[in-house]
Amino acid sequence: MQAFEYANPSTLQEAVALLAPQRGQTDVLAGGTDLISLMKDYIHTPKRLVNIKNIQELEGIRASAGGLRIGALVTMDELARNAEVRASYKALADAAAGIPSPQIRHMGTVGGDLCQRPRCWYFRGGFGLLATDNGKPLVPDGENHYHAIFGGGPAYFVSASSLGPALVAMGARVKLVSAKGSREVAVKSFFVAPKDENTREIVLRPDEILSEILVPAPAVHSATYEVRQKEALDWPLAAASVALTMKGSVVAGAKVVMGHVAPIPWEAAAAEKALAGKTITAASAEAAGKAAVEDAQPLSRNAYKVQLASVAVKRALLEAVKGKA
Amino acid sequence: MRGVGIGGGALGTGLLEKNAGAGTTPASVVGPGAVPITLHINGKPVTLTVEPRVTLSNALREHLGMTGSKRVCDRGTCGGCTVIMNGKTVYSCSVLAIDAQGKNIETIEGLAAPGQLHPISQAFWNNDGQQCGYCTSGFVMAMKGFLDEHPNPTVEEVKHGLGGNLCRCGAYMGIRKAAMEAAKAIQQGGKHG
Repeated sequence: MQAFEYANPSTLQEAVALLAPQRGQTDVLAGGTDLISLMKDYIHTPKRLVNIKNIQELEGIRASAGGLRIGALVTMDELARNAEVRASYKALADAAAGIPSPQIRHMGTVGGDLCQRPRCWYFRGGFGLLATDNGKPLVPDGENHYHAIFGGGPAYFVSASSLGPALVAMGARVKLVSAKGSREVAVKSFFVAPKDENTREIVLRPDEILSEILVPAPAVHSATYEVRQKEALDWPLAAASVALTMKGSVVAGAKVVMGHVAPIPWEAAAAEKALAGKTITAASAEAAGKAAVEDAQPLSRNAYKVQLASVAVKRALLEAVKGKA
Repeated sequence: MRGVGIGGGALGTGLLEKNAGAGTTPASVVGPGAVPITLHINGKPVTLTVEPRVTLSNALREHLGMTGSKRVCDRGTCGGCTVIMNGKTVYSCSVLAIDAQGKNIETIEGLAAPGQLHPISQAFWNNDGQQCGYCTSGFVMAMKGFLDEHPNPTVEEVKHGLGGNLCRCGAYMGIRKAAMEAAKAIQQGGKHG
């Protein structure tokens, strides 16, 4: 790890003033579950690290009639255990509880979950976000078992965020704060599929801090289902978060968002359309799962993910209405 | 906050603007050189001098000679470096030592008095919860953190509760048996660190 200056501010205002506007100069440290590893691998080599763990205003979950406010420093463990989240924002609680390592849940924060870098092994090996070697893309004919089945490149990594799909399905926003002021961005627009090596996979600027997540009041049944190869610590092979607005037993509106299948949380518009006016049954859930993957473009070694994503959608839908009339 | 703004001193400090002349360093910025820190390990304060880039794992093993927690993957994946910080299990390879100040850190060295075994360690012994032993101290600490919160677990809960630790020898069956036995032993009045 390259040596760095360490800053330990106690207010958000102080923290953002310590960040540089140029990329690569400074990094924000919260749980450290991703950043410390990125620094050990020299993928990030900041000259200054700004620790935000001692900033009280970034803590806490607050539920009100208007919705949920989740401070960036809330850990995945706190989110998974929160009674209000479990009762009314189940897709979020499912996603946080799905992380199989207690240590990661204890350390990892919700802000870090959204800002973590892709796990693509070419990226981690120093070949950049687009994974190229002398201009040649390495993923399409390479070790692409865990890469994207949607999006069609030039970025083939998958968004590693556990909460991203659930937050997009629920129409959540994030607050981004810099020394110049703050802005709110829909989580849907927070993630971007980079078209060139100079674009990052999230819209957060180098001198901004993600301070909180704002989730609108739940008018929905929701759930997240992850397909994993093993029960211990690993990333899902495919995941789906769903949020349903019901009219009686009939779906009035559905949001279906898949995870780990594209560089961004991937919205399945065809599945949402297939569900409108339907009751959720094994048959309608399976049909929605099929619709969700009809446009999939698997690579040479990951066609297996198409079926897993389809099943994730089906099971998330059935889970969302389980035990409910 | 004036004077540490983007146009002020913050980026005129040390490393960030090597050729731009010295600015004022905000009080909250230290390093990149070594700085004195105090850690509270197994109930005792310890002062050491480390660069901000030194992880808690390295501070314990290389600066304090406490080699009980292992450095295996060193990327927050295997659990070999697990310690307990403020009652929660963490990967010490992914915590900066400077960030661990003010926290109550428990390592395997503090689990039982010298020459004695904690009920968890004894249960590993009794149930062949290890082969090569490299993952063992991390597993023991992960199990301590888990049993502190789940004193009477089911096998299924044990499986999930230890999901953050890997054993490449595959001693999982013995480890799960050890967890069940240790839970009983602790409940029946065994010493619980």
